[in-house]
Amino acid sequence: MILRGKVWKFGDNISTDLIAPGRYFHLRSDLNELAKHVLEDADAEFAKKAGKGDFVVGGRNFGLGSSREHAPTIIKIAGISCVIAKSFARIFFRNAINIGLPVIECDTDKLAAGDELEIDLEKGVIKDLTSKVQLKFAPLPKAMTQILSDGGLVEHIKKHGDFKIE
Amino acid sequence: MGKTISEKILSEHSGRDLKADDFAIVKVDLCLLQDGTGPLAVRQLEQLGIKEVVNPQGIAVFLDHAAPSPRKELSNDHITLRNFARRTGCYLFDIGEGVCHQVMSEMFTSPGDVLVGADSHTCTGGALGAFATGMGSTDIAVAMGLGKTWFRVPRTIKVVVNGKFRPGVFAKDFMLFLIGTLGAEGATYKAIEFTGEAMESLPMPERLVISNMAVEAGAKAGIFASDKMTKAYLKLHGREDKYKELRSDKDAKYDKEIDIEVDKLVPMVSMPHTVDNTKPVEKAGKVKAHQVFIGSCTNGRIEDLRVVADIWKGKKRDTDTRVIVTPASKDVYLLAAKEGLIETFVEFGATVTTPGCGACVGVHGGILGDGENCIATSNRNFLGRMGNPKGYIYLVSPATAAASAIKGELADPREYF
Repeated sequence: MILRGKVWKFGDNISTDLIAPGRYFHLRSDLNELAKHVLEDADAEFAKKAGKGDFVVGGRNFGLGSSREHAPTIIKIAGISCVIAKSFARIFFRNAINIGLPVIECDTDKLAAGDELEIDLEKGVIKDLTSKVQLKFAPLPKAMTQILSDGGLVEHIKKHGDFKIE
Repeated sequence: MGKTISEKILSEHSGRDLKADDFAIVKVDLCLLQDGTGPLAVRQLEQLGIKEVVNPQGIAVFLDHAAPSPRKELSNDHITLRNFARRTGCYLFDIGEGVCHQVMSEMFTSPGDVLVGADSHTCTGGALGAFATGMGSTDIAVAMGLGKTWFRVPRTIKVVVNGKFRPGVFAKDFMLFLIGTLGAEGATYKAIEFTGEAMESLPMPERLVISNMAVEAGAKAGIFASDKMTKAYLKLHGREDKYKELRSDKDAKYDKEIDIEVDKLVPMVSMPHTVDNTKPVEKAGKVKAHQVFIGSCTNGRIEDLRVVADIWKGKKRDTDTRVIVTPASKDVYLLAAKEGLIETFVEFGATVTTPGCGACVGVHGGILGDGENCIATSNRNFLGRMGNPKGYIYLVSPATAAASAIKGELADPREYF
């Protein structure tokens, strides 16, 4: 699958409290409304301006903190096609796969805000069309690509009637 | 080759001989949901087309994050969860019964269990020798519907702790120190196993503090071997029949080993806005305490409240510092009332709230004003955590929080011991 979009750059330690703030706790059963506040405390313009297919690019330990699956879900609802970071917190990473949001671990220092990227998920290549930099990333473990390629865990279980991962 | 506790529990629950890094489908004994993540799990179960849960007696639903509900949207989420519990026959813990991790430890979690919860601090259960970890709502929906989940078996970091805690220094200080040492992602994807004489002599309530915060170093689990302290705790809660001997083999393979002497440990604080931003309280400088919060799944137990009451007895809070105390469960609340602790708190000038998570997670009951500091016994100090991105959270032990409420600023508690 080839993804194409613009970079929205964030720093290290983007917590799920920054992605889905506790003060909007009451909107958790209205995900479209909650998505209007996604990452609001990290970048007030992000939710308004992110375009369909764009990328959230973070630093180290992206998504640390609470297990709230609402965090990757509202990033996806905001139109983001993939999150790229130097490293991810475990639960966020797992949640992203489960809801069918691709996540890529690689050195993000060379990706600048506003850069246009083209990503080949199968080949593990990020082409920065703005800076002409090309980055490689390791593919996900097989168990995770199996869930992701089915469109997330719910679709995976519906399709196979059980876990079908190796 | 010997096995770690995690490898043993996951092997037993998968019917395969597993070692670190293996992927496996694993039987789940216990699931927990709370009112922040539960409604989504219920909706995902509906999406899956699954109507029944495999083991209702192993599922507990908690209304603790918004307890009692401050908004109609959350009241409606509570209706969703009450109906779900009624329909499926799983346990419901309604408003005021307690914080999920405290009640799970009191009533359900046992050595050797696999416990998964739609809450990141589910790792609290590792103190009891369970493989306990937090996941998202979809994972928990599937775990409830199929009775199993998938895991990558974690590698284990062995933390060997020796020496004796000095007066005024607690498990919380140790854990803040360790998280500062490891970093917020120092244990990502891994289990941490706590061992050594200082851990063996630690009673269960203090172990729960340590396992609870393992996730703040990124860990999947924070585990203790079961022993006489585990047995004593289970007995106290009428569950001694659930005791099971469980420890890592002598030749188990560890990712790395960290040795810590607690003799030199002093009261610690996590400065805003990351948990690993730790330093000794005595080196933190002047921090005005606009609010002091004592409670949460980390430090809202009866033992914590006793420490606080001992420090506060006969004293008054600083007039510029408001104080919130939230017992972690109904049983803790009742015991605190019987022992006269609640009277001490109210006379000191504190507000005692319904057992729950509201203040810590920024839903209600302690939201900070712009530019305000909170000295808190909870486990997270991320920007915006207590409901306001312009607030500042300092994480400490109950003793440090208690001392700070008297002085009106972040204070070293050792003069009270």
